Amino acid sequence: MFGLEIWIAGVMLISLILYMLTGGADFGGGVWDLFATGHRAKAQRNLITNALAPIWEANHVWLIVIIVLLFVAFPVAFATIGTALHIPLTLMLIGIVLRGTAFVFRTYDDQSDKTHLRWSRVFAIASVITPIMLGVTLGAVASGTIQVDVETGTVDTDFFSSWFALFPFAIGFFTLTLCALLAAVYLTLETKDSELQEDFRVRALIAAVSVGAMAGISFVLSAKGAPSIRQGLGNSVWSIPFHLLTGAVAICAIWAIWKRYFQLARVLVPVQVVLIIFGWGLAQFPYLVAPNLTFSNTAAPDSVLRPVLIVIVIGGILLVPAFWYLYAVFKGNRG
Amino acid sequence: MEDLLAARAQMAMSLAFHIIFASVGIAMPLFMVIAEGMWLKTKDETYLTLAKKWSKGTAIMFAVGAVSGTVLSFELGLLWPTFMAYAGPIIGMPFSLEGLAFFVEAIFLGIYLYGWDRVPKKAHWFAGVMVLLGGTFSGIFVVTANAWMNTPVGFSIVEGKVTNIDPIAAVPSAYITNAWVSKVTNIDPIAAMLNPSSFSQALHMTLAAFLAVGFAVAGIHAYFLRRDPDNPFHRKAFAIALCVGGVVALLQPISGDISAKRLAKHQPVKLAAMEGQWETERGAPLRIGGIPDEEAEVTRYAIEIPKALSFLAHFDFNAEIMGLKDVPPEDRPPVAIVHFAFQIMVACGMVMIVAGILGGWLAWRQKGLPVNSWYLRFVSYCTPLGFIAIEAGWTVTEVGRQPWVIYGYMRTAEAVTPMPHLVVPFIGFTVLYIFLSIIVVILMRRQIFQFE
Ligand code: HDD
Ligand code: HEM
Ligand code: HEM
Repeated sequence: MFGLEIWIAGVMLISLILYMLTGGADFGGGVWDLFATGHRAKAQRNLITNALAPIWEANHVWLIVIIVLLFVAFPVAFATIGTALHIPLTLMLIGIVLRGTAFVFRTYDDQSDKTHLRWSRVFAIASVITPIMLGVTLGAVASGTIQVDVETGTVDTDFFSSWFALFPFAIGFFTLTLCALLAAVYLTLETKDSELQEDFRVRALIAAVSVGAMAGISFVLSAKGAPSIRQGLGNSVWSIPFHLLTGAVAICAIWAIWKRYFQLARVLVPVQVVLIIFGWGLAQFPYLVAPNLTFSNTAAPDSVLRPVLIVIVIGGILLVPAFWYLYAVFKGNRG
Repeated sequence: MEDLLAARAQMAMSLAFHIIFASVGIAMPLFMVIAEGMWLKTKDETYLTLAKKWSKGTAIMFAVGAVSGTVLSFELGLLWPTFMAYAGPIIGMPFSLEGLAFFVEAIFLGIYLYGWDRVPKKAHWFAGVMVLLGGTFSGIFVVTANAWMNTPVGFSIVEGKVTNIDPIAAVPSAYITNAWVSKVTNIDPIAAMLNPSSFSQALHMTLAAFLAVGFAVAGIHAYFLRRDPDNPFHRKAFAIALCVGGVVALLQPISGDISAKRLAKHQPVKLAAMEGQWETERGAPLRIGGIPDEEAEVTRYAIEIPKALSFLAHFDFNAEIMGLKDVPPEDRPPVAIVHFAFQIMVACGMVMIVAGILGGWLAWRQKGLPVNSWYLRFVSYCTPLGFIAIEAGWTVTEVGRQPWVIYGYMRTAEAVTPMPHLVVPFIGFTVLYIFLSIIVVILMRRQIFQFE
């Protein structure tokens, strides 16, 4: 059927989706930590902390899976992205380091309110910067501005213009709102306290509307900012029904949150995120780094891809029960 | 600061930082699993308290290990894109397996740290075992990737460039390449992973982690035992850590010797730099101490044990050892750094061996835990030695491989990114890591002094 590299690309897309659904929600938790307000601010923060603590390290590994598969299977693309997007990636890394460490330091530093609040601030601000920079990176990769000389493989870049532009930043903020939405919806089910639940319901509604707004803005900007993606998004056969479906799910999700059908919203919002990322992946296909690098023309030879796929399959078989157990222990029978 | 130098400095600093936390991540689960296992067996609550206390400190170290490791995965592309375009597919196998090991480690770590009251006792202990396996195997896999840089195999090189790229088509149909990548063919990732250095390096590194962490833990509890020799909590902790550390200390020189023999065969220049050996000669001496003079090409003031190097490297007192003068100066690593680093590593190892043997002898003589005040003081001075040896050992391996990043194939200068002003991220990450180190030290101190 497909070439082996397409299977790997599929695994990377699924990993990205899983990273958004799990790790992305963890970043969203940080966003709501930053915006914790009112006399329940402390209760909100505690709720976020308890929800995150046991699972964030496992959720974080998806990012590593993506990056490892990228350099194993599409080495030239990894080198190209690493070169042209050095600056946003570095900022993202600093965000990752500060978020993870501030989160544990907060738990183990002295428990005075002042110290606690200081680490909360670091954690929260880093949680905002990191997904923005992740989105900027993805937006820049999609924008078609990273040119590679196909003869020599050298990247033609001034290290700035491909990412320091409106479209990548629109995608950055789009990513941030998605994280915030996921987190707010998950958190409505992490508590039995109806006031807290109400807090996060309001936050989920705000986030859902922002997601819609950012989606619109990104689409408008893509006309200039990412023409090839726009083509994929706007003109192919599958795109209209796909957009309608995504939109319908988004509206149902807002309705479910509004009506306090939290269990339903807990399903619909992830579906919405899956559809968005999936649609973006389809629109970008077959380009890995538009306009020169495709999945096929950067793929490592099959002698490399085959054993990697075998590892992925074996890994999947081993990890599914492990993950199931982790979530069953910490996320089962609540709410 | 020159960009290449800044890139090397950033890589070295990031790795030197990560390896501390990675070592803790490899070894600490063993201690926790032993303590918890003793609790399950003896029902003595002190062991449970011990496992819980240890797991708290470990949680901090784990988090820093995970984020600093993530930085490394990206830095490979941010700093060395040409190296990764060339080597990525070849050493992808261990990195993919490592990803799997991380998952295992991170999933069961969550269960271990937060599941004390949520999962059955046996399941909790089993989660600890899985964390131990995950950590150990991540270490082993990543070290095989590094071993490949020392003894690259599992691919072949064709001369000349691949040229069947159609410049007119909007998207070239052929494999996009750069001058480096186009030469690599016949990749066999399994052979690359099982390269000649993998076994010895992975063994030596894994032992190093248990050794360093064993003595660090024993040293800390020895410090408390000096004030309170009857404290059951510290006695148990000290016993577990000293047993592991002491036994591994005796194994470490054996595995180091395996490494040295492999160097004699595959990387004689590195061995010569480690030993400050300038002349190619039969019956070469082993040098202890000494100052290599790279201008005059001699090593001065060393204590020389006649013929010992030839014997250690080849089991033959008269075997020939290659000297640095046999390679042109531009192909030599910085001799003094490598030599000093090697001496430091071995010296630290020797002190820990003495500590291990003395401890065993005292325990046998007194039929009990060696809590003699002078011995406890000695062990508490050993606290940092293993980590110093680890840093020194990596310096030997990495600096000793210079000027090559892939030994014999690609020079470090050819691998570096074209990105200018690399000194900025270098300073940025350095400041960040210094800040984190200070916080970690403060928090660990607090955890430790809560023991009292
Ligand atoms: C607790 C730490 C520790 C201790 C006590 C020792 N080592 Fe070591 N050594 C390491 C920790 C280490 C390391 C950090 O783990 C290295 C770096 C790369 C590697 O694979 O292991 C290493 C590298 C390393 C190498 C270079 C391998 C290479 O370049 O690929 C040699 C030849 C030795 N060691 C030999 C010894 C000997 C003869 C020792 C005698 C006591 C010794 N080491 C003690
Ligand atoms: C964790 C322990 C390690 C430490 C402390 C360490 C230390 C260092 C040092 C000191 C340098 C600079 C050498 C010089 O410029 O003279 C360096 C370079 C480098 N290391 Fe390591 N290293 C470690 C493990 C690894 C591993 C496991 C890998 C890869 C799989 C690796 C890949 C590299 C690369 C790509 C460079 C840059 C190129 C070069 O200088 O050769 N290192 N490291
Ligand atoms: C270029 C070199 C290296 C890279 C790219 C790298 C990458 C990583 C990454 C991405 C993580 C985070 C995984 C997570 O989220 O759980 C990590 C953690 C870890 N690394 Fe490294 N690593 C390198 C060198 C090493 C070395 C030399 C060792 C040990 C011998 C090591 C052992 C570990 C261990 C045991 C962990 C688990 C986390 C912990 O215990 O703190 N790594 N590494």
